[in-house]
Amino acid sequence: MSKKGLRIKAKELTTDIAVVKDLDISIGKIVDDTWEEPMGPTPMPHISTLRNWDMKLLNKYKPFYMPDCDLCCLCTYGKCDLTAGKRGACGLNIADQSSRIVLIACSIGAATHTGHARHVVDHLIEKYGRNHPVDVGGLNVDVEAPVTRLVTGIKPETLGDLDEVLTYCETQVTHLLSAAHTGQEANNLDFESKAFHAGRVDQVGMEVADLAQISVFDFPKADPEAPLIEMGLGTIDKSKPVICCIGHNVVPSVGIIDYMKENKLDNRLEVVGLCCTAIDNSRYFDRAKIVGPISWELRVIRSGLVDVLVLDEQCVRTDCSLEAERVHAPVIAASEKNCIGYKDRTNDPVDEIVKDLVSGKVPGVLILDPEKVGEVAVKVAQKIAPIRKKTTILPSAEEIVKLAKTCRQCNLCQRSCPQDLNIPAALKAAAEGNLAPLTDLYEECIGCGRCEEACPIKLQIHSFILKAGQKYMLEETNFCRAGRGAVQDVEIRAVGGPIVLGEIPGILAAVGCANYPHGGKDVYDICREFAQRRFIVMTSGCSAMSAGSYRNEEGKTLYEEFPGSFEAGGVLNVGSCVSNPHIAGAAIKVANIFAKRNLRGNYEEIADYIHNRVGAVGLAWGAYSQKAASIASGFWSLGVPVLVGPHGAKYRRMLMGRSDKPENWEVYDARTGDTVNVGPAPEHLFQTVETPQEAMVAIAKLCIRPNDTWKGRSIKLSHYIDLHKRHYGTMPKDIHQFVRTMADIPMTMKDEIKEILKAKGWKESVIPDPTMLPRMIRKRKE
Amino acid sequence: MSCEPWQCAEIAATKKAHPINKPDVAVALIKRAARPILIVGSNATERCLEDKLLIEYLIDFARASKVQVVATAHMVAEFLKRGYEPADFMSAMDIGNRLVDPDWQGIDGKGHPDLAMFVALPYYMESLILCGLKHFAPDLRTMTLDNLFHPHASWSFPNAPLKTWAENLTVMTSKFKGGK
Repeated sequence: MSKKGLRIKAKELTTDIAVVKDLDISIGKIVDDTWEEPMGPTPMPHISTLRNWDMKLLNKYKPFYMPDCDLCCLCTYGKCDLTAGKRGACGLNIADQSSRIVLIACSIGAATHTGHARHVVDHLIEKYGRNHPVDVGGLNVDVEAPVTRLVTGIKPETLGDLDEVLTYCETQVTHLLSAAHTGQEANNLDFESKAFHAGRVDQVGMEVADLAQISVFDFPKADPEAPLIEMGLGTIDKSKPVICCIGHNVVPSVGIIDYMKENKLDNRLEVVGLCCTAIDNSRYFDRAKIVGPISWELRVIRSGLVDVLVLDEQCVRTDCSLEAERVHAPVIAASEKNCIGYKDRTNDPVDEIVKDLVSGKVPGVLILDPEKVGEVAVKVAQKIAPIRKKTTILPSAEEIVKLAKTCRQCNLCQRSCPQDLNIPAALKAAAEGNLAPLTDLYEECIGCGRCEEACPIKLQIHSFILKAGQKYMLEETNFCRAGRGAVQDVEIRAVGGPIVLGEIPGILAAVGCANYPHGGKDVYDICREFAQRRFIVMTSGCSAMSAGSYRNEEGKTLYEEFPGSFEAGGVLNVGSCVSNPHIAGAAIKVANIFAKRNLRGNYEEIADYIHNRVGAVGLAWGAYSQKAASIASGFWSLGVPVLVGPHGAKYRRMLMGRSDKPENWEVYDARTGDTVNVGPAPEHLFQTVETPQEAMVAIAKLCIRPNDTWKGRSIKLSHYIDLHKRHYGTMPKDIHQFVRTMADIPMTMKDEIKEILKAKGWKESVIPDPTMLPRMIRKRKE
Repeated sequence: MSCEPWQCAEIAATKKAHPINKPDVAVALIKRAARPILIVGSNATERCLEDKLLIEYLIDFARASKVQVVATAHMVAEFLKRGYEPADFMSAMDIGNRLVDPDWQGIDGKGHPDLAMFVALPYYMESLILCGLKHFAPDLRTMTLDNLFHPHASWSFPNAPLKTWAENLTVMTSKFKGGK
């Protein structure tokens, strides 16, 4: 690490020339810099430091706004109608306002991850000290914090160093959010640039959180063979007391698992989880079980299997506590960000808390001491399990038939359903004794419960769907590989060349939440398709779970079928939300380890390298949250395209290239300084796709990069054309834009493509050493 | 038939769609347009009206009206399978992004469309694109041929059952030369 504080105090100092009393000298920081890499041009960038880079991307990929709301109601001048060019009382128009909402979303996401990291780091420093070393992969990982090194110029070696990094993030998030205040930023592209900065900060915050927890909790350290974790409601041993942890912050769960282990109870209770806490629990304790993605909260609670619910932070349904009350499961709120109105019992004796929860005197408690959470959760689970007897509120089939007969067929359930599911028809069939249509809804339902809120006669429609799908629900037994964390430096050395040259056709990162348009199988199908095509497939968070929730013809899950290493055809789960920087980090490390580019505070050059050379694409098929927005933003600013599923259109702004405008696709050839048209590669930076078929074609195309060698381009085009023909039934209409020389054409398609090129008036061009940065040109033309 | 947004929360502010209360109104709007296009989304093969898939109604309509069709997502394959070649295919976001560009000269390069019709996209996606066009393509008229009311369009059919939808599409097709 590079900085240390110094303070000298002396009550009385006598020298030859003076007597000094109450001397107090404080030097903020002394640079203790043993890192040999020279500092790049933009360490600790402020909110406008990388504005020029952002504008290069934003001019290439212009925002396409779909406002989602015509109004602004953020200040008391409003509501202001911004329809079709009107400006509001503050002067903003709808483009500015839409980009301002993007900034707010990304800032919330960055603040959330940074806040998460702050809690983890402070807790671990308090427990293990500032000098506890950062270790994410031993000798296999020398570049331990690629994002942090790149953005801040800091090489973190201890938990204390991570504290310093977080201080930077916190400052930036404050500035970013302040720019969204009324009467601050006035231009949509500047809002967008700030949203990119929020993404950069977010990546740092996430990386800090994961470095800290990997280092201290001894999670798998860049381990391609991290254990396979049992996943699904069917894996829960219902004869045991069940503690279910929901959220993202593993610290309270560690308290639970440690208490179980210390008291030799780890075989006598089940610790299960939803969302990223589940992923991180399984990185800490390989017998912890993953129930499923975030959208299954109502599913798991209403099933009655949970005896104690432990809620930490982020993406936790705010009515979980009310749902838990319905099944008589006590709740422990374990995060100060999510107190749920419960009384703070942190300083009360454990036995009193246990007594109050088991007796039902209180439905839940707030406990902000993770060790105490552990002891209370275990003791309550043991005592209440025999009393609750897995109480469920799911109705019987007979009750469903009876209640469905009262349905008025008003359609409000369907009109409130984000999936537009035909619930009225299913209820009509149920009233006639046929529950099959309700069963069919089980897979596509995302568990939001809006149908029940809309129902004028308060039918528990979601519970009907769960009951109808109960057989499938209780048979869900799959595997998810525990989050492995970082990619090893040696893995990067092995594949860096083939990635940059295009011979490994691409990296697909399936990340994010579970707001899927038709269930999670699309994620599995897409990941499997590209793993079979020998792309590198990386997963994280809820998408990592969905990818593991289905089986092939031989009964193997994705994680059993494919290796967990960073190699062609590998499928590797990096971990939870805060593990996403390992994906960005892999791209960054390609630039650093393979191409020997300096990382330190050198954001623009590395992003330029990645954008033009590393064929990586993010897929957030079910993204819903502000955190997903900031995660995506971190990839945009690195020049990595991100696809979202149809619900992602609600992020209200896409970043779209125009393949029909050749002037948008010019780069410099760093060897000569010439301007070269490289075609729409990659075509978009942020795009919503409508169907999984469209996603597959788009992924293959978005992996094309200007730097591809002819061999690499040929491989990439063969995948693009093959998928296009399969799903679109025809040859791509833009193939001529991606062929630079005849050698780029896939061997088996020469004749067909030559005809197309002839018809399009195609001319051969060169393969440049591509860059968007004039300063990277090595030799200027006279 | 209701003119409330089909998905309850998709509410527009001060500029809302005119309801199309009979198919003749839609036909008149299309005939009045110099350069109409029809954008067809992925639900075209997911909706069955009167024992016939929506896409088949749309092919009949497109053939009769000669309106240029842009297929989104993977729908081009579905059109080709049925012997109809759409004028173009691209993602829904791409066509939306082109429509907000006043300099875009249409899929045939002969001029910007003056009427964009949408049908069969997921409701929320279609709603968002229509909202984008309402704000950023003020000279463009938009219309939906769905059976679900879209307040962000310039013109929209009200919420209606499948049978009415099928009747509307059939009537519209019949009003063009070559329509049955």
